Amino acid sequence: MRPVSRRLLYAGLLVSLLVLSGLSLIAGKVWVPWNAWISPEVDPRWAIVFELRLPRTLLGLAVGAALGLSGAVLQGYTRNPLADPGVLGVSAMAALGAVLTLYYGVTAIAPWALPVAAVSGALIGVAILMLLSGSASSLVTFILAGAILNILSSAGVSLALSLAPNPWAVNEIVDWLMGSLADRSFEEVTMAVPLIALGCGLMLTTGRALDALTLGEVGARSLGISMSRTRWTLAVGVALAAGASVAVTGVIGFVGLVTPHLLRPLVGARPGALLVPSILGGAVIVLAGDIFVRLTPTAGEVKLGVAMAALGAPFFLVLLLRLRRTIA
Amino acid sequence: MSVVSCTDLSVHMGGKGILAAVSLSIEAGRVTAIVGPNGAGKSTLLSCLAGLMEPSSGTAALDGVALSAIKPRDRARRLAFLPQTPEIAWAVDARTLIELGRTPFIGARGQTAQDRVVVDRAMAAANVSELGHRIVDTLSGGERARVLIARALAGEPEWLLADEPLTGLDPAHQLDAAALFRRLADDGIGVVLTLHDLSMALRLSDRIIVLADGDVLVDEPPATALSAEVLNRAYGIEATLTQGPGGPLIDVIRRT
Repeated sequence: MRPVSRRLLYAGLLVSLLVLSGLSLIAGKVWVPWNAWISPEVDPRWAIVFELRLPRTLLGLAVGAALGLSGAVLQGYTRNPLADPGVLGVSAMAALGAVLTLYYGVTAIAPWALPVAAVSGALIGVAILMLLSGSASSLVTFILAGAILNILSSAGVSLALSLAPNPWAVNEIVDWLMGSLADRSFEEVTMAVPLIALGCGLMLTTGRALDALTLGEVGARSLGISMSRTRWTLAVGVALAAGASVAVTGVIGFVGLVTPHLLRPLVGARPGALLVPSILGGAVIVLAGDIFVRLTPTAGEVKLGVAMAALGAPFFLVLLLRLRRTIA
Repeated sequence: MSVVSCTDLSVHMGGKGILAAVSLSIEAGRVTAIVGPNGAGKSTLLSCLAGLMEPSSGTAALDGVALSAIKPRDRARRLAFLPQTPEIAWAVDARTLIELGRTPFIGARGQTAQDRVVVDRAMAAANVSELGHRIVDTLSGGERARVLIARALAGEPEWLLADEPLTGLDPAHQLDAAALFRRLADDGIGVVLTLHDLSMALRLSDRIIVLADGDVLVDEPPATALSAEVLNRAYGIEATLTQGPGGPLIDVIRRT
């Protein structure tokens, strides 16, 4: 791909992000025009923008970036276009970690316990994936390992739900599991963004290794790439970014799956070239999705995680049908 | 002159001995062929010499320095390896794939003009200059093999270790590849190949190492390496060495 068109792509993604961020502050059940933003004295709707929608927008950007990049990195590492933190069970393991803290009511005493538990869950998930797949990492092994993690964590979550001490705890867990950006505050922003930034920073260092992995593990090693370093940088990076995202928004699936796939025709299939565009693209998709669910004319707001799953599942199906030829 | 060597190199896998105390030393500027029956340990030996497999005991070394003591990146700058069944995971274009050969040289600032010149040269050497924009999925087997050789040359290696690089190529492309390996060796690069085609080994190489049951059976120039007795012991075949119009020829008569 020529550098000019690459510049064009970045420009397009950045403009979309700016427009969507602006829209995300304005749009909702209550539309707040630009002139209401000046100060709380002039217009009380100021509070809606700066105390509700600003953190929501910032989280949308951060979580979208984290999920988009995690998807691109996992696809590069597994050499598999079906990989994403959701499909591979990393998000589900993070959710299990988070649910356990909700279940035991730890979050009331120590709010940081939730992100720590979610990141730990994600890290355990990625580590299990890498151990299960090992060096004979075929597409099928990875997907099966992901399926096992998904089953394991959903069993854990179901257990927590069925043993929950009271209906409110159940409600809280279920509500949170569906994945949403609604009613988030700056507390969540300050909790998640540093972890996500650190995770993304780690993942971005793996670009050259992911490129080399195009030639398989032996090929990459013959090019001087240390596989163990790549593996652990990637595991910790994905765990931090995806884990922190799940901690503040619950499970929002398919962003990591869809983003690199949509960008591949534009930037080419080289995994390293997909990383930065996937950060921007993931943020665009999550923001757009969040604005969309806010505007759906239903009594309660449709959960973002549910909407993404509804859009993502058919997408996954199409991808699978296309891949069937190559697997079979 | 650069030397790749191994001393008492043994490899066991799953309780089975693959290589048993192999010691040899290979000089650059020559084509060295490693031949032997299936399961003799050719690929394992090549992987060890390339520093990609840790032997169970013994050492492999580059110019006297154990490969395990050389940083992977430094090793990769000097030594290129072509695996037997190369994986190409993504549908990238041929040039992007060949540029991967520059990986050990590329710093934080990415590709330089110098890198691009070297890639151009490697593509010309492997005769793939026109294929740069083609997506690798659309290449024929012969084109793909040449692109992968160009990938290896893009690192300007002192050594090229290739595991059965001629397998799957039609006779014309085999001749092309053989001529390229010859030219590289004449330019001072150390070329080490594992081969199944014994006649090709005789015509192409300066030295033939016959492996059998994880040990070196014969290590001699082609003129003397593949005697009827060696072929019988290594492969269990009755064969004669004849002189054809294109060069020496192994004529297999029957199994013994």
